[in-house]
Amino acid sequence: MKIAVCVKQVPDSWAEKKMINGTLDREGVDAVLNDLDEYAVEEALRIAEAHGGNEEGGANTVTIISMGPERATEAIRKALSMGANDAILISDSALAGADAITTSAVLAKVIETGGFDLVLCGTESTDARMSVVPAMISARLGWAQLTFAGSVVVDPAASTVAITRVTDAGVDSMGASFPAVLSVIEKINEPRYPSFKGIMASKKKTIDVRDCAAIGISVQGAWSVVADSAPRPARAAGIKVTDSGDGGKELVDFLAGKKLI
Amino acid sequence: MSNVFILVDLQGDAVSKTTAELATAGARMGDVTAIVVAAPGKSGAVVSALTGPISSAICIESGDLATHGVPAYADLISQIVLEKKPSALLIASHAFGKEIAARVAIATDSGIITDAVDVAADGTATQLVFGGSTTVHSKISHGVSIMTIRANTIEANTAPASPAVENIGKSVSDGAKKATITSTQPFVKGGRPELTEANIVVSGGRGTNGDFAAVEGFADALGAAVGASRAATDAGWYPHTHQVGQTGKTVSPQLYVACGISGAIQHRAGMQTSKTIVVVNKDAEAPIFDIADFGVIGDLFAVLPKATEGVIARKS
Repeated sequence: MKIAVCVKQVPDSWAEKKMINGTLDREGVDAVLNDLDEYAVEEALRIAEAHGGNEEGGANTVTIISMGPERATEAIRKALSMGANDAILISDSALAGADAITTSAVLAKVIETGGFDLVLCGTESTDARMSVVPAMISARLGWAQLTFAGSVVVDPAASTVAITRVTDAGVDSMGASFPAVLSVIEKINEPRYPSFKGIMASKKKTIDVRDCAAIGISVQGAWSVVADSAPRPARAAGIKVTDSGDGGKELVDFLAGKKLI
Repeated sequence: MSNVFILVDLQGDAVSKTTAELATAGARMGDVTAIVVAAPGKSGAVVSALTGPISSAICIESGDLATHGVPAYADLISQIVLEKKPSALLIASHAFGKEIAARVAIATDSGIITDAVDVAADGTATQLVFGGSTTVHSKISHGVSIMTIRANTIEANTAPASPAVENIGKSVSDGAKKATITSTQPFVKGGRPELTEANIVVSGGRGTNGDFAAVEGFADALGAAVGASRAATDAGWYPHTHQVGQTGKTVSPQLYVACGISGAIQHRAGMQTSKTIVVVNKDAEAPIFDIADFGVIGDLFAVLPKATEGVIARKS
């Protein structure tokens, strides 16, 4: 099987984020592999390992696909050190500030030409948090959409994949023939830590960096325009009392004063 | 006046509270048409349950929805949008709603904004990003303005609606049938309000040590929903469906009570936009106190039962 995993480099969750000219300032913050994408990398590796492995010359390959600035190679390296075979990074100054519409167009274009059977994604990025790109990739390619997977079972001989979809609404069992676009929830597995051997091996793996011209896509402007953005005033810490027997009563008095009860 | 579509939000066969919120937001921009996409024979009851400023309703019924899910819904909605050309399409901001919005945006060449907390008459959406630390105003500049709106953020006009109804026959395209749903297990709703729709949420974390009785008791006295931190759901103390935070649900109730929750950034990202935040925690240094309007440093097992008594006493 040829498996692709879409990943994004995001600012560290703990970093203070700010907007410059309507887009996230990515220069001034520590950047990491979106941690929700690690579950997708792990699941892809487990699928490969369960069906003959992804060693060189093995039955399967796991390719990391990302769009972002050149420095996104740092996040891609982490996915490679976990055990993915190779990577494609689409990097182009024209893509700075791209929205989900453009991102999905770029990723779909790369996936389309790669001959993949399965594409795995995380459910969302921890910066934009839109949770729409996997569905958009599926819609663009016309491939089956198997998203919010809490478990994945692949049958390479039959070229089929089955998942349990876990959302607020409930749990669905669903399946499709290859090719399919999956997103996996964080409950699906425990991503491995890269081993020392994995880290060393990742340095020799190929990251194929391409620009928009190389993948044959012309970039449109974003279809949603940011008018303005402003940091919200930090929530000021309010009243703080120490319970000495009547903390519960004070709490109720506060709620009553605010007309919340 | 421009025509604004809202996708009627259903929980099972019932119209959710969010639907009237979508209609109220939509009415600021134009005449609201409610799109009802339902299983055969189900749309009539849905239409009669609609509330809010809705002028007309379009009903599409299909037996393929249950077996093909999101792509089937999105395909039918896209066909209607391409035919009727509304200026905007408003959808509830949950996993299902956002995926439909995503697919309709692609099918209709439109821009998309998710997780709006407010919408102005000119279509400008307000979003709170980066865990609620930054306010962004933005507007869609191409195609239909497809926006998903978070539950509980818009004060709904809930006057009964009596829309003019149009039933439209459409069938789901083959391209939207690539995946098949073989079984569906809806989550059983308890007696408490739905987490994202509740006006009050009481949440428990590591400090409960697995005992949610005090948290639930206080929630029930307040008529509140019960939430949990990731630490509590990962430990198996409370169902994952109740997790509030980055990878759980985002809530913005009038009142959020955090009990025994330290306030990791992942948790704060899911509740920081609550109007009033109250905290009960033994650890005076817990970061959650930094965003609390009222904090009690104390043992939740001592404070909550007293507070529960106090609330019940005031009600009687």
